[in-house]
Formats: sequence, C-alpha cells, structure tokens
Amino acid sequence: MNKPVIIDPEGLNQLISTLTRMGFQVVGPTVREEAIVYEKLESIKDLPEGFTDEQDGGIYRLKRRSDKALFGYVVGPHSWKKFLHPPERRLWSADSEGNDFKIKPEKLESPKFAFLGVRACEMHAIAIQDKVFINDKYVDPVYQIRRENAFFIAVNCGQAGGTCFCVSMNTGPKVDTGFDLALTEILDTDRHYFVVEVGSDRGAACLEQVTHQQAQNEEVRQAEDVVEKTSGQMGRTLDTTHIKELLYDNLEHPRWDDIAERCLSCANCTMVCPTCFCSTVEDVTDITGTHAERWQKWDSCFTMDFTYLHGGEVRASTKSRYRQWLTHKLASWQDQFGSSGCVGCGRCITWCPPAIDLTEEISQIRDSETQTSKPT
Amino acid sequence: MMARKSKPKVAVWKFASCDGCQLSLLDCEDDLLAVSQEIEIAHFPEASRAVMKGPYDLSLVEGSITTPHDAERIHEIRKSSKFLITIGACATAGGIQALRNFKDVNDFISIVYATPDYIDTLQKSTPISDHIKVDFELRGCPIDKMQLLEVISAFINGRKPNTPAHSTCIECKRRGTVCVMVAQGKMCMGPVTHAGCGALCPSYDRGCYGCFGPQETTNTGSLSTQLKKLGADDDEIVRTFRGFNAYAEPFRKESELHDKENH
Ligand code: SF4
Ligand code: SF4
Ligand code: SF4
Ligand code: SF4
Repeated sequence: MNKPVIIDPEGLNQLISTLTRMGFQVVGPTVREEAIVYEKLESIKDLPEGFTDEQDGGIYRLKRRSDKALFGYVVGPHSWKKFLHPPERRLWSADSEGNDFKIKPEKLESPKFAFLGVRACEMHAIAIQDKVFINDKYVDPVYQIRRENAFFIAVNCGQAGGTCFCVSMNTGPKVDTGFDLALTEILDTDRHYFVVEVGSDRGAACLEQVTHQQAQNEEVRQAEDVVEKTSGQMGRTLDTTHIKELLYDNLEHPRWDDIAERCLSCANCTMVCPTCFCSTVEDVTDITGTHAERWQKWDSCFTMDFTYLHGGEVRASTKSRYRQWLTHKLASWQDQFGSSGCVGCGRCITWCPPAIDLTEEISQIRDSETQTSKPT
Repeated sequence: MMARKSKPKVAVWKFASCDGCQLSLLDCEDDLLAVSQEIEIAHFPEASRAVMKGPYDLSLVEGSITTPHDAERIHEIRKSSKFLITIGACATAGGIQALRNFKDVNDFISIVYATPDYIDTLQKSTPISDHIKVDFELRGCPIDKMQLLEVISAFINGRKPNTPAHSTCIECKRRGTVCVMVAQGKMCMGPVTHAGCGALCPSYDRGCYGCFGPQETTNTGSLSTQLKKLGADDDEIVRTFRGFNAYAEPFRKESELHDKENH
C-alpha cells in the first residue's frame, strides 16, 4: 500500500470538498446540544475545533481545549449506527385493492456517506454489525447498500476518554482495518498537520485531489507516539480472561440483584452501543383501513415487549434483563458471532444515568468468584 | 377488504379535566375529515351540539372522578359503551388535581371557596379505572394527537394500538437528542416515564416532566438517588414526582418516601 502522506487542515478541507463533489454526503463530529455528535459536515469549520469532552459514569461534559485540535475528544452519544442502521424506517406499505391488497416495497436508495473521524473502536463495531446484517444467511438490504457505499476516513485517537477501554478489548486506539484513509492529528508548537495512511485505492485516488506531501520518518514516528500515549491513558480496563465462562458460571451471582437495584431499565445503554442491533416492527393502518405500513424501530432487551410471548414476558425482572444484556455482549455473542459484542467504547458507561459500569460489574463478579473458589 | 356495515358510534365524555385532551381530537386537522368519515360522532359537546342516544360503540373518557355525582355518572357511561378508552393523565391517573389526595380536601375548600357549603366533592381525585372496567388507557398530559389517531384507527380496524410502554429515553435516543441529564446535569424523569410524546422536552433542552406517567418497569428509587446526586433535596424530589401523574402508584409511593409530612 502507498506510503503515508502529510496534509494540513486546509488539505482536510479539500478532502471534504472532493468527497462532496464525488457525490458523498460527508458526516462527522460537530458540536450540538452541549456534546459532540455526528451530523452532516460542509467544511472543517463544522468540526469541533478546540473542544474536548470529559467523561465518567453517567457524566459527559463538553470542554474547551487550550489548542485548536480538530479531533481532540473521543466518542460521544451518537455512533455511525444511526446512518447504517437507521433508528426508524418504513419497511413497506400496502394498499387494499378490491378484495386483495398490494404491497409496495420501499425504494432501496440511500445517500452515499463519507464518514469522517471514525475511531478504531467504531471501525470494529461496524465490522461486528457487518457480521449481523450482511455476512450471514439473511441480509439486511438497507444496511448493505449504506455500508457498501460508505467511505471511511478514520482517526487515530490522540487521547483516551474517561470511560474508554479499547486496549482491553483489542480494538484500538490505532485503526487497523477497513478504512479508506486514516488520520493522526499532530499539534506541534508551530505546526498543525495530519499523517495520513492510505487503506484503499479509492482512498489514494481521493488524496490525489488534495494538497499533500510524503511523510518523513520523523513525522510517522510522531504519529506512532501519539497512539502509544493514548494506549496508556485508558479510563477503564476490563479483564477478559475466560470472560465467557465467568459469565456462564455466574448466572445466579448476587451482584445481578445489586445491579437491578440501580438499573432504571431505561435502555440508554443499548441505544448508544454501536454494536447493539435489535429492532422491533410496528404495523400500522390508517383510519380508513385501506392503507397499512410496517415500520422498523430500534428496540432494546430492556423493554418488556422484547420477550413478550402469549400471556407474559420471559424476562420480567430488571435483573434478568440486565444479565441478558451483559451476558450477550461479552459471552454468548462469542458463540453466536465468533467475537465479543463489546468494543470498549465506553458509551454505555457514560450515557447510563445511574452510572452502571460493565467493567466494574465484571470485576466485582470476578473478584468474588476468586474469593469463593480460593481454598479457605 | 369488506365494506363496513355502518360507522361506529363514538361518544366523548368529560369529567374533572381541562378539556385539552378532547381538543387533541379537534386538533387532528388534516386527519379530522378522514376520522369523521369513518366514525359517527354521537356525543361530543365540545365539537357539536347534536346528541345521539346510546349505546355507543366507543367512548372516549377524559377527566378524573372528583364528585359523588361523577362517580355515579361514569357507571351509566360504562353501561352504554361497548368499548371504553380513557384519555389523558386525569382519566388514567387522577391528574394534577390529585395533588389534593396528599392533603385533607376540606382544608382547601375552606380556604378557596367563599361558601364552602355549596361544595360537594370527594376526598380524592381518582382515575376512571378505580371505578369501572376500562378497555384501554391512553396516557399523556395532554395526550399526543398522533397517538389518539392511532388508537382510534386501531379500534376501528380491530387491531392492537402501537403505544409502547417503555421509557421515554428510547424515544429520546432514537431521535438523536443528547441526554440533558448526562451532558448537562439537568433533572429528567425520562428513565421512569412512559413513552408517547417522542421525548419532546429533552429536544427543547429540558428534562422530561413525566407527563405520560410511569413506564412499564419503573425504578423510581434509583432515579431519586440520581436526582440527589444532581443536587435535588427531598422537597424537590417530592415536587418532581408530584406532577400530572402524582397519584400513579410508582410516582405516589416515591414522593411519599421523600415527603417530610409522612415521617
Ligand atoms: S475506546 Fe479507544 S478507539 Fe474508542 S474512542 Fe476511546 S481511545 Fe479511541
Ligand atoms: S457494551 Fe458499552 S463499551 Fe461495549 S461496545 Fe457497547 S457501548 Fe461500547
Ligand atoms: S444499565 Fe443503565 S442505561 Fe442500561 S438500562 Fe440500566 S440504567 Fe439504563
Ligand atoms: S434526556 Fe431524559 S429522556 Fe432523554 S435519554 Fe436523558 S434521561 Fe432519558
């Protein structure tokens, strides 16, 4: 693959216009409602220049930085899931015709997205959703078309957040696969530039339209140092040793009751998780009864309807629902899809109002297990 | 589809309430014409003076029971209705007027009215379902007009309405609103509140007030702990849970736990 190159912030701006000219809708981080969210971008002016975030369990605060970094923060409340697997969409509609009815499928069209600022953990999350939606027997055509059209400009994290633990999950902070271009932002005292790795031919073709120069060894080394430093800053850690067995062996652990005391069953964790993929369908008719529609909406294992079978819910208690969520994420996901369902992005910790922290819950379960299995 | 034999006769009834929920029906603008073509409005004093006698196929009941007379009247309405749906926080939980349930109503009467003797009222404001069997409850203060249309459509077409009982947070996240509680430390009732409004208040940068009442699985105690972390004292927690759905059981119990008068 091509050698790394250097672009400056103006080069990044050219990249955005190039992609826009090529028919892409460029989406990426921007400041809105006191947070950094993912929305449509027109130019680098829309990026959160000079902003950062402070994150901890149940707390997110947007803060000013002392420099003009464009990517000086980590992941926020949104994930790319909202573009690839939209929160609400119509699957089909139907109209009655005489004694029959006619189904109108939805048109399979979607904007071509260019995702700017995708972090390593997020690339892994998308790879996990690929397994769910396209690399299996049953393909979700909407996800497929959006995914196959997407262009990825990844960013290596220049700092880790208070709830990040990608190092534990082996998913970051360095972007390793799946990108077209990957940037590392460098802020020297007198220079602001990006070291760009090229991951695909179309990435290389795009770069041709942008002012750039070959990266010197020193610059490449500086980029490596940035990622190295970030690796040492993880806000959280998760010991994943035999984690599947740990969870399967502890389905009746008292810690689940303790969590249930705190858990609101609000489903925020599943909504923000970039790998959670569950959805429900709602069938509606209009008042005349001659027109019907089926809608798909993000769902969560924290709702009662999720396990409603004739006459009752399978998982009626909050305890059973939280346990299902965490056990699926970290254990049964491995049996089902061959990898962990968690990429260590920390969103479920930050955006859980009562600050339930899966890394802490696992360590509590692990510690008490170690104690009980120790001979006394 | 088979043509329907005749239009279902629908009646709208009012008890102790502000009329806001019934007006949602008139507020259905574009859809109102379609609605009126599919149903026969047999009794709806807010909209038309024409009154048809029962029995009615569907009764929509707004308001709570606050007087001995109303406690009688609701039984008559039940008898003349095949299907009965209560609409709004007053009818489903007792409404804001249920705040009196936490005090002695006679104290209020003597303060508020010049001639207290004329007032014939019950000690408590109670939801319709405390008095009669209700076939379906539509939450909200006020109800959401799209949900009302959905419920009427579902009734006419003999299907289950889509009015999910999960948290407001799910609606909040689906629309991409940034959580005001996590990102700004604002108090929000969303995690314990029934969906239905589409998470309106957080999208206007405010915490949820709980207008749609308790969601299917409330953990009000955990939310109170959270509100305390955000700086609320017991009085504020009492006020937070004592809104339009103050008398809905999970909210009532939680407010009583923090109410000094109970300790
Ligand atoms: S988890 Fe890792 S890759 Fe993801 S935002 Fe945090 S540091 Fe970056
Ligand atoms: S479980 Fe939590 S930390 Fe793991 S990927 Fe989902 S949101 Fe991120
Ligand atoms: S773990 Fe947290 S975010 Fe998830 S449902 Fe429970 S309270 Fe809500
Ligand atoms: S703003 Fe309120 S309703 Fe929205 S996610 Fe946060 S707690 Fe839930």
